[in-house]
Amino acid sequence: MSSLAIETQDLGRIYKIRGSKKEKKIRKELVALADVNLQIERGELFGLLGPNGAGKTTLIKILTTLLAPTSGQARVSGFDIVTDAARVRPLINMVSGGESSGYGLLTVRENLWMFSQFYGLPSKEANRRIEELLKMVGLGDRIHTKSSDLSTGLRQKMNIVRGFLTDPEVLFLDEPTLGLDVGASRDVRNFIRHWLEVDETRTLLLTTHYMVEAEELCDRVAIINQGRVLACDSPAVLKRRLQKDAIFEVATSPLNGLTGAAIEALPEVRTATAAEHDGGATLNLILVEEAALAGVINIFTQRNVRILNLSKREPTLEDVFIDLVGRSMAEVEEGGQDE
Amino acid sequence: MTTTTRNPLPASRWKESWRSFRIATWLGWQIESNWTDPFLFAIYSIVKPLAGAAILVVMYGIISGGNFEDPLFPYIYLGNAFYIYVGAVMTGVSWAVIDDREHYKTLKYMYAAPIRIPAYLLGRGVARFLTGSFSVIVTIVAGVLFLHVPLNPLQADWLLFFLALFLGIVMLAMLGLLLGGISLLIVNHSWFIGEAVAGALYLFSGAIFPLEVLPAWLRPVGFAMPMTYWLELLRRSLVGNVAQAFPTLATFSNLELLGILLGLSVVFGVISVFVFRRCDHLARERGLIDMTTHY
Ligand SMILES: Nc1ncnc2c1ncn2[C@@H]1O[C@H](COP(=O)(O)OP(=O)(O)O)[C@@H](O)[C@H]1O
Ligand SMILES: [Mg+2]
Repeated sequence: MSSLAIETQDLGRIYKIRGSKKEKKIRKELVALADVNLQIERGELFGLLGPNGAGKTTLIKILTTLLAPTSGQARVSGFDIVTDAARVRPLINMVSGGESSGYGLLTVRENLWMFSQFYGLPSKEANRRIEELLKMVGLGDRIHTKSSDLSTGLRQKMNIVRGFLTDPEVLFLDEPTLGLDVGASRDVRNFIRHWLEVDETRTLLLTTHYMVEAEELCDRVAIINQGRVLACDSPAVLKRRLQKDAIFEVATSPLNGLTGAAIEALPEVRTATAAEHDGGATLNLILVEEAALAGVINIFTQRNVRILNLSKREPTLEDVFIDLVGRSMAEVEEGGQDE
Repeated sequence: MTTTTRNPLPASRWKESWRSFRIATWLGWQIESNWTDPFLFAIYSIVKPLAGAAILVVMYGIISGGNFEDPLFPYIYLGNAFYIYVGAVMTGVSWAVIDDREHYKTLKYMYAAPIRIPAYLLGRGVARFLTGSFSVIVTIVAGVLFLHVPLNPLQADWLLFFLALFLGIVMLAMLGLLLGGISLLIVNHSWFIGEAVAGALYLFSGAIFPLEVLPAWLRPVGFAMPMTYWLELLRRSLVGNVAQAFPTLATFSNLELLGILLGLSVVFGVISVFVFRRCDHLARERGLIDMTTHY
C-alpha cells in the first residue's frame, strides 16, 4: 500500500452550467480543476492556496467523495475515491469554514456525539473526546448549550471539533478560519498545529486564501489558480524563487492615470501591481534587479507622481503568487474567472 | 489529545446500515419531538387530521343523505384515516434530504461519513411514522366514539392488521426513499414532495371511493398502486364483516390481497432502490450534495 496520504493523477473537474431559460440549449462548460497532480505524504500539513474560485473547494469535495471527478484519479489513504469510496470515508473527515452547519435544536454535545456515532466511536470514548476537544478550543463551558444559541464563530468552532473528533487519518479543512475573528483564528491554528504534533501519522489538507495562514502553518503549499496547480513546495522554497529579485513596496500620491501595466512594460520590472485608495496608491514591485528602480522613479517623475514611502522587503507568498499569475490574489478575485 | 487510537476496521455493510438507521432515528425523533410549542403540536397532530376527517364526514353526510349506518361510511372513514400514513411516511423519509441539505447544511457531512445513506433516510422517517400513528389513532378513536364507526376490538383480525400495517409502512418508506432520491436532484424545495405525491395519489388508491368511480382509463393507476390493496387489507382486518361495501376488491381473499401487496411492495422496493442509487450517482456527478438555494 502506498505511504501517501493523498495522491491525485491528472485530476480534473468540469462543471456543466445551464444557460438562462432563453438559451437553455447552450451549455457552458467551466473548468474548475485541470490536471491536478499532488502527492501528499502522511504527517504533512498541506495547504492549498488560491483566490476565490480557484477550485479549492472542488478539490476537497472530490477527495471527500462528495463529487465525482470528470477526469483523472485520486487516492486517499491508498483507496480510490471513486471505486473504493466506502473504504475512504471511515478514514477521513471534513470541515468547511464560513458556514454554520449543525442541528440547532441539539446541544453542542449532542451534535458532536451524534456524528461520532456514525463513525462507530464508542459512546464513552466519544464523550471523553468531546469534552477534551471543546476545552481545547475554548468551548468547554458551552457543552450543554443548544447550538442554535451559539454565535456563528462558536458554531464554526464546534464544527471544527466535529472534524477532529473521529481522529481521522486524513482531515480536510476548507477555509477553516473564514469569517472567524483574529483571536478565534489563532485558537484554531494553534489547535491544528497541536493535533498534528501529537501523532505523526495524521495528515491535514487545508485550503485558504489567507497568505499568512498558509505561510505560518503549512509544511508545503500548492498555489492554485483557475483550477491549475502552478507551484507546489514548502513556503521557504517557494519564496526562494524570488530571492534574487528585489521587492519594493511604494506608497505614492495619486497615480494620474499611470497603471501597473505601464510600469511592468519597463525593462527589468517583473511585475507591478497597483492598488489605489483615497489620496494615493500602493504599489508592489518585483524587480529583476534593484537598478530597475531608477526607471520606475523616472516614470513617476514624468507623470508627476510623488513617492511618499519606499521600502524594500523580503518576499512573501503573495509575491510568489503575483510572480506566477501576474496579478495579486485580490485582483484575480475582483476580475473573476474570465479570460 | 491523549489518544491516538485509530478508527476500527471498516464495519460490515449491515452493521453500518443498522448504525446509520439507529442514529438517524434518534436524530429524527429529536427534531420531530422538538415541540417548542405543544400547542402547535396539538394543531398539527390532532386538529389537522380531525378537521380533514370532519370535512369528509360532512361531505359524506350530504351525499348519502345522512346515512351513517351504511357500511360505506366506515370504509371511507378508515381509508381516509390510514391514508395519513402515506404522506407522513413518504415525507418523513424524503424530506430529510432537503432538510439536511438546505436547512442544517449537514448533508455533505453525512455523505462524507461512513453512513449508508438509504438506511439513514429511512431512520429519519421513523419519527414521522410515530407522530403519524398518533394522528391515525386519534382519528380512528374519534370515529369510533362519536360517529359509530363499527370497530369492535374483540372482533378485529389483529394478526392480519399488523401484518398488513407493517408491510405497508415498509412499502411507503421505500417510496419515500425514491422521492428522497428525486429530491437530491431537484432545486425547488418549497413544497413537501412526499405530501404532494400523497395528495396526487389520494384519489387513485380507493381511500375514499371505489376505483370504479374513476374513468376506465385511470383505473389501472389505482390497481397498480400498492396503497390500494394495503388500505383494503387494513379495513377488512378491522371491520371485516362489511367487506362488500367497496366492490373493487371484493372478489379477492385476504391472502390474495396480502400476496398482491407483498408482490407490489417488492416491485416498488426494487424500483425505489434503483432510482435512489441512480439519483445519488447523478447528484455526485453534478455536485448537488451540498447545493443550497438561497432563499
Ligand atoms: N456546482 C457548481 N456548478 C457550477 N460551477 C461551480 C459549482 N461549484 C463551483 N463552481 C465553479 O467552479 C469554480 C471553482 O469553485 P470552487 O472550487 O468553489 O473554488 P474555491 O473553493 O477555490 O473558491 C468557480 O468558478 C465556481 O464558480
Ligand atoms: Mg471554496
